[in-house]
Amino acid sequence: MHKDLLRLARAEAAVRLHLAACLGAAVAAGLLVIVQAELLAGVLSGAFAVAALFPLALVVAARGLLGFGQGVFAGRTATALKSVLRRRLLSRFQELGPASYRSGELVTLAGRGLDALDPYLTGYLPAVAVAGVVPVAVLVRLFAADLQTAVIVLLTLPLIPVFGALVGWTTKAVTERQWRALARLGGHFLDVVRGLPTLRAFGRARYQASVIREVAEAHRAATMRTLRVAFLSSLVLELVASLSLALVAVPVGLRLLSGSLDLHTALLVLLLAPEAYLPLRVMGTRFHAAMEGVAAADEAFAVIGDGREPSPGPAPSPRGETAGEAAPSPPEIRLEGVTVRYPGREDAALRDVSLVIAPGERVAVVGPSGAGKSTLLHLLMGFVAPSEGRVLVGGADLASLDLDAWRRRLAFVPQRPHLFASSVADNIALGSGADAGRVRAAAAAAQAAEFVDGLPEGYDTVLGERGADLSAGQRQRVALARAFCRPSAEVLLLDEPTARLDGRSEAAVIEATRRLAEGRTAIIVAHRPAMIDLADRVVRVEGGRLVAPAGAGSAHANEGTTT
Amino acid sequence: MTAHLGPVRAAGTTRRLVLAALAGAAADLAGVALIASAAWLITRAAEQPPLAALSVAIVAVRAFATTRGVFRYGERLAGHDVALRAQAGTREGLYEALIPAGPLPQRGADLLSRMVDDTDAVQDLLVRCLLPAAAALVTGVAAVILAGFLLPAAALVLAAGLLVAGLLLPAATAAAARRRSATIAPARAELAARVADLVHGAADLAAYGAGGRALSAAMAADGRLGRLERGQAWINAVALGIGMLAQGLTVVGVVLAAQAAGLARVPAAVLALAALVSFEPVLPLAAAGERFSGVLAALRRLREIRATPPAVTEPADPAPPPEPPLTVEVRDLVVRHGGREPALDGVSLTLTPGRRVAVVGPSGAGKSTLLSALMRTVEIESGEVLVNGVDVRRYRSDDVRARITGLTQDPYVFQASVRDNLRLAGPEATAEELSEAVRRARLEAWAERTGWDTVLGEDGRTVSGGQLQRLALARALLFDPSVLLLDEPAEALDEETADLLMADLLDATRGRTTLLVTHRLRGLEQVDEIVVLEAGRVVQRGPHADLVTAPGYYRDLWESEAMTRQR
Repeated sequence: MHKDLLRLARAEAAVRLHLAACLGAAVAAGLLVIVQAELLAGVLSGAFAVAALFPLALVVAARGLLGFGQGVFAGRTATALKSVLRRRLLSRFQELGPASYRSGELVTLAGRGLDALDPYLTGYLPAVAVAGVVPVAVLVRLFAADLQTAVIVLLTLPLIPVFGALVGWTTKAVTERQWRALARLGGHFLDVVRGLPTLRAFGRARYQASVIREVAEAHRAATMRTLRVAFLSSLVLELVASLSLALVAVPVGLRLLSGSLDLHTALLVLLLAPEAYLPLRVMGTRFHAAMEGVAAADEAFAVIGDGREPSPGPAPSPRGETAGEAAPSPPEIRLEGVTVRYPGREDAALRDVSLVIAPGERVAVVGPSGAGKSTLLHLLMGFVAPSEGRVLVGGADLASLDLDAWRRRLAFVPQRPHLFASSVADNIALGSGADAGRVRAAAAAAQAAEFVDGLPEGYDTVLGERGADLSAGQRQRVALARAFCRPSAEVLLLDEPTARLDGRSEAAVIEATRRLAEGRTAIIVAHRPAMIDLADRVVRVEGGRLVAPAGAGSAHANEGTTT
Repeated sequence: MTAHLGPVRAAGTTRRLVLAALAGAAADLAGVALIASAAWLITRAAEQPPLAALSVAIVAVRAFATTRGVFRYGERLAGHDVALRAQAGTREGLYEALIPAGPLPQRGADLLSRMVDDTDAVQDLLVRCLLPAAAALVTGVAAVILAGFLLPAAALVLAAGLLVAGLLLPAATAAAARRRSATIAPARAELAARVADLVHGAADLAAYGAGGRALSAAMAADGRLGRLERGQAWINAVALGIGMLAQGLTVVGVVLAAQAAGLARVPAAVLALAALVSFEPVLPLAAAGERFSGVLAALRRLREIRATPPAVTEPADPAPPPEPPLTVEVRDLVVRHGGREPALDGVSLTLTPGRRVAVVGPSGAGKSTLLSALMRTVEIESGEVLVNGVDVRRYRSDDVRARITGLTQDPYVFQASVRDNLRLAGPEATAEELSEAVRRARLEAWAERTGWDTVLGEDGRTVSGGQLQRLALARALLFDPSVLLLDEPAEALDEETADLLMADLLDATRGRTTLLVTHRLRGLEQVDEIVVLEAGRVVQRGPHADLVTAPGYYRDLWESEAMTRQR
C-alpha cells in the first residue's frame, strides 16, 4: 500500500469515486462467486430443479457486467490519478525553478514513468480489496456448510501469506539486485548502440558484439539462479492451494461414503474451497508489477511533497510590492554581500558579492567557467535566492517583490536557449502574445529574419525535438528575437550569447545585441572580446568572488589576465 | 562466427521453447484433471460404492494437486530461460545489423531507447503470448475431447465457449489495440514533447512568464492521452466482461445439455466442473491479444531497422589493406545524403604523408561529410577517393577506418571508467602511452581530479562539453591512425582553452598526415593547405598567407574573427 498515493486518491473527488466504484465492482463480483457456487452445486447435486439454471445465468451475467464496470472504473481511476500527479509534478517543478532536479529523470518520470502506476491501480489495488473480503466471506459460508472443511481451509489459508512473505523476504535482496542488474543490462546495450559511431571510428564495433553476448549470457545465468529461488514462492503458493483442495476433497468423499454428508454440501465445498485461496494468489502474482508503480509513486512524491524548502530556489513571491510597475526607466540594481549556495554542494556558488549597476549601464561579466557568472544572472532572475545578503532593485529587496512582475521587466537570453516544439513564431513570441508583425520585426532586429524566411514554412515551421533543426547560431538568434519581442524590458540579461558560434554568426549576434542594449541596463556574461567591447564596464568573477571590478571605460583592463 | 552460432542457438531455443510449452500445458491439464477427478470422487462417493472403487480417484486427486504446482514451476523457469536467451539473441542480432548500417531513419535519444525497449518485446512474445496460448490450446482441446467422450452435445457447447473466449476475444482485443495504437502513440509522443519543453525550457519559460501556458498545454496533451487510454480501458473491460460471461454461460449450457440428455450425475458434475476450470488458462488470452499487437509492432520496427541498407557496399574481392605511409587523393568527389542537394559537389584534395590540410567553411558546407567519405561511412556518388593509388571502395571499410580516423562528430562517453573510455581507442596501450595521449589532449588535470577509475556517462560523473572534446582528442591521439581526422576539435571549448588546445594540436600533429575541420582560423598559418568549402564546393584553397590577402569567405571570416579578438 502506498500511503501518499492513497491519500491523494482520497483527496481528489473524481479519483475517489472511480476508485470506490472499481473496488466495489471487484468485491461484488468476488462475492457473486459464492452465489454462483451455491446454485451450481444445487443443480449438479439435483437439490435444485433445472429452473435454477436461470438465476445461475443471471448471476453469470451480473459477474460479467461487474467485470466490465471494474475495468472501466479502473481505467478512469488510473488516468485521473496520473493526471493529478503529472500536474502536481510539473507545477512543483515550476515552483522550484530551473536550478533544481535532474531534468532528464523528471521528463521520464512525468512522461512514461507514471504509466508504471497502471498495474498498481488497475490490477493490484482491486486484488487487495478482493483478498480482504472474499476469503472471509467464503470461510463464513464454509463454516455454515461444513465445519470440518472450514477448519481445514481456515488453517491452510494463512499459509499463503505466510509462505509468500517468507519466500519473498528471503529472496527480496537477491531479486532486487537482479532487477537492478536487468536495468543495467538494458542500459549497457543502449550505451553501446548510442556510442556505435565512436566504436566504429576506433575499430571496436565488432568486438563489442561479443561483449554484448557475454554480458547477456552472464546476466541470464545469474537471473536463472535467482529465479529458481524466486519462483519457489509461486510453487509453494500453488502447492498450498491445490493440496488444500485435495485435503478437502478426499475426506469429503470418504464422509459421503459413510453417509455423514450430503452431496449438495460436498459439491458446494468443492466449488468454494479454491475461491478462498484464489484472491490471495492473484494478489501475490500482481505484487511484482505493482512494485514498479510504487517505485514510480515514491519518486513522484519525492519531488512533489518532500516538504523540503526549495532552498536556495526562488524567494516566495508575495503580491505585496510590485517594484513600481510603471517605472519609466531601468532601476538601479544593487547586490549587498550576496552569497549563494546550492543544496548538496559544499562551496558557495557566489561568495559575498557586492555590486552596483546603474540604470542604463552595460556591464560585461567575465571569468573562467564555473566561476559563478551564470549564477549571478540566475540570482537577478530570481531563479535562486541569496542565502546571505540581499539583492535590491530600485531600492526594494528582490525577496519581497512579485517575481512575475519583476521578470516582466527583464529580457533573458540563456546560454543554451530552449526551443519549444511549436512554430518559430510561437517560439519568438514566447510569453509576450506578440502578433505576426511584431514577431517579424523582432526576428529582423535579431538578424534571424533571413534564415527563418528560408525555412520550409517560414514562421509557421514547427521546430523538431529540442529545436534540433536549427544550428547553434540560429537558435541563439531566435532567443535574441524573443528579447526583442519585449520592447518594455528595461534590463537585459545575456548569458554568453556568442558561445559556440562561428565568426559570421557571431558578428550578426553582436550587432543585434548592441541594438537591443540601447537605452537598457544590460548585464552580459561574455567570453569573446567583441562582446566585452559592448560594455561600459567589465566585472570579473572568480571562484564565486568578484575580483577587482574595473571602473567604467577600462573595458580591456582585465583581458591580459583571462585564463 | 554468428553464422554458425545462429542455427545452434535456434535449435536450442526451439527445444527449450517446446519444453516450456509442454510444462505449461501439463500444469493447466493437471488443474482441469484435479477438479474433474475431485468432482468424480465426490459424486461417485455419494452413490456409496465400496471404498476400493474410489481409491484410484483419491490417488489421482492427490497426484494432480502435487504435479500442477511442479509443472507450473518448470514452465516458468524454462519460459524465462528461453525468453532471456531470445532477447539476448535479438539484441546481438540487432547490434550486428547496426554495425554496417547507414544512419537510421530515426533521430534522437528517445527513439534510440525505444528501439532498445523494442528488443524486450521478444520476451513478451514468448512468455506472455505464445507460451500461454499454447498451454490454453492444449488444455482447451483436451477438455473438449473429454467432454466429447461424456456427451458430444456438451462438447460442442464447450468448444463454442472456448473459441469465443480464446480466439474471438484475443483477436478482437489485438485488432482494437492495433487501431488504437495509431492514435495513442502520437498522443504519448505529444505529451512527452510538452513535458520535455516544460522541463528543459524551464529557465526560458520562467524568464518570459510563459510557464502557465506551457503547463496548460502539457495538461491538455495529458487530457487527450487520458481520453484515449480510457477508451482502451473500456475495450479491455468489455473483453473481460465477455470472457466471464462466456465462461459462465458455457457452464450453464453444458449443465443444460447434460440435463436434457438425461446424463447421470457423476459425468454431469465432471463435465460441468471441467468446463468451468478449462477456461482458466483461456481467459487471460484476451489481455495477451492486446499485448500481442504491441509486440508485433515492435518486432516490425526492429525488422525495419535490421533492413536498413549498409552505409557502404563492401567489395566482393577486397584489396589487401593499404600499407602506411598513406597518400589520400580525393578527386571530384560527389556525395549526396538521400535525395537532397549534393552535400559534396566535386571536391578534390590531396593528402601526402606528413601533410596537414585544414577544411573551413560555414556549417552545412559539407566539411563533416568529407570526413565521413574518407572514413567510409557514407557512399560515394561519383568521383573517387584513392588511398595509395587504389580506389577506396576496393578496400574493406574496416581496413580503411583502421587507418583513416580520429576525432569524429558527436564523440560519445560510455558508462565506463575514465581509463576504459580512453582504452577503447588503444586496448593494448601502455600506461605511459595513455598518460601521454591525455597530456597532449590537455586532459591530465581533469583525469587526475576525476580519478582514472571513476565511472562516466549517464549514471556516472557527467562530462562537460569541453572535457568530452578533449577526451575524444585523447582517444584519437592514442589510436594514432596513419591519417588523422579531426572534426572541430575545439568545439564547445571556451575561448582560452580552445586557443591553447589548437596550439597544442598544431604542435602535436606536425609531420603527421592530418585533415582538420575547423571554424576557427587562428593558427592555420601553420598548415600546408587550407580548403574553403561552401555549399559542397571548394571555393578557395591555398596557404593562409594567400587566402587572407584575397577577397572571399576566408578573409571575411579572418577579419570578423580578428574583430572579435583583441583589437
